[in-house]
Amino acid sequence: MSGGFTEFLPTGIEITYLVAASLFIVGLKQLGSPATARRGNLIAAIGMFLAIVATLLNQSVLNYQMILVGVVIGSLVGAIAAQKVEMTAMPQMVGLLNGLGGAASTLIAVGEYWRLMGTGDPIPLDATLTIILSVLIGNITLTGSFLAFAKLQGLVSGSPVTYPLQQPINILLLVGFLAGSTYLVTTATDPTIFLVINGISLLLGVLFVLPIGGADMPVVISLLNSFSGLAASAAGFVLMNNMLIIAGALVGASGIILTQIMCKAMNRSLASVLFGAFGGATKVTGGASGTQQDKIVRSIGAEEGAMMLGYARSVVIVPGYGMAVAQAQHTVRELADQLEKMGVEVKYAIHPVAGRMPGHMNVLLAEANVPYPQLYDMDDINPEFERTDVALVIGANDVVNPAARSDANSPIYGMPILEVDKAQHTIVIKRGMSAGFAGVENDLFYKDKTMMLFGGAKDMVAQLVSEVKQL
Amino acid sequence: MTAGLLTGLVVFVLASFVGFEVINKVPPTLHTPLMSGANAISGIAVIGAVLIAGAQEWNVTVILGLIAVVLATVNVVGGFLVTDRMLQMFKKKEVKA
Repeated sequence: MSGGFTEFLPTGIEITYLVAASLFIVGLKQLGSPATARRGNLIAAIGMFLAIVATLLNQSVLNYQMILVGVVIGSLVGAIAAQKVEMTAMPQMVGLLNGLGGAASTLIAVGEYWRLMGTGDPIPLDATLTIILSVLIGNITLTGSFLAFAKLQGLVSGSPVTYPLQQPINILLLVGFLAGSTYLVTTATDPTIFLVINGISLLLGVLFVLPIGGADMPVVISLLNSFSGLAASAAGFVLMNNMLIIAGALVGASGIILTQIMCKAMNRSLASVLFGAFGGATKVTGGASGTQQDKIVRSIGAEEGAMMLGYARSVVIVPGYGMAVAQAQHTVRELADQLEKMGVEVKYAIHPVAGRMPGHMNVLLAEANVPYPQLYDMDDINPEFERTDVALVIGANDVVNPAARSDANSPIYGMPILEVDKAQHTIVIKRGMSAGFAGVENDLFYKDKTMMLFGGAKDMVAQLVSEVKQL
Repeated sequence: MTAGLLTGLVVFVLASFVGFEVINKVPPTLHTPLMSGANAISGIAVIGAVLIAGAQEWNVTVILGLIAVVLATVNVVGGFLVTDRMLQMFKKKEVKA
């Protein structure tokens, strides 16, 4: 009986993999629709569980105790992290998890290279090729994601970093990588050179993310997500495992699609995001609107702001990263509730790239229990601004900058924006007059219809709430 | 090119097309959960890690494999749970509305 069982086992494992791959596809599909998203996530998780169990049944896996210890440690860390993380820190979390996936793929490739070296036989050509590819993608994902994490977490400066000879250095590194790889493929197995190309690809990941920052961060996170899939796929080629190849390809492809959606929302090509170093270099915008000195800013207090809001018929709230940083989403909801009690119609306008990650604002507002039908996409809300009494901008900047529409010299020219300047009045809650993440001046702040409420998002909104209550 | 590599390539290309097709027309609300769900799936590297960590005797490969098991499991478990946490909020709100 045991003979029959072991004979059937490899087929059984492959069939389980097929089932798991199908579950991933169904899961991803369902994740794309609000009604089924949660079930989709569960289905994908079941697929993952099946794939892992099937792999443990593989005859070549003998080291059970240690592997189970590893799985338990990983599960505990993952579960605690998922439980503890603030909703506002979601972009960092995804960045960090991405990096871990990339690291795992690299370790698989390096481990396999060491195993093949240990056999004493020459390593076959296609094994060397796939290992090199896996190491390249995995390492770039690893260091790129960790740097993105550090930028989002504020551990290093979030703005684009440029340095002299940037492109020549990158090209030099790439040439070095190719030279090392060619040597490994054509000439001989060499652990030193193998480690050197590992080092180069780790460095490439850092240099790839370093010049990108600010408003482009959602694109980078999404692109790195795609990379982590490709890294898994590459590891699949190393081990000739279809399950890895399929799941990795699914993630790689879906990540690319999301990245494209992001780029479209900003009206930028992927190439300009990756190589443009948005902001940093173009801090000074074209002088169509004169210098800063002759522009007047109207600043108001919470009391006046509350009066404008309380006696308006319709208010559109435009949240941005400032709201996320200040964790003000619950207070914002409270304000909206108060206003609605007074008969004000409240809507939320969500720019596709507001925040630091696609859909960031939706997640935060959902956390604060804002009803789904009150959230409006850019295309739906823009025609409404003309009929809006007050647009309340909370910690958003570049996504409401009219220069994107009018100033061809501006680095953000052409990016679709929320047209808050078309509302009867605009109230902007902001800590100071500093430029947005893209490093661009915002003319909105100097318009006649714009009132500035200077202060932290949470404080200011809380003050507005108490003032509105007293109306 | 060996037959194995070629089969892998076929599988990869076909799966990529499926990936492209599946993620069309996703509302912006779901971009973040979708990304974090996909991210959890990329933790599939865990099975590769299990395979290379499986040998009985200790060596460099096994150690690297075990580290990879831990990292990839964090990715998988953390990814799915955090996605669920996000989607839970959407759910609650839909019932209310």
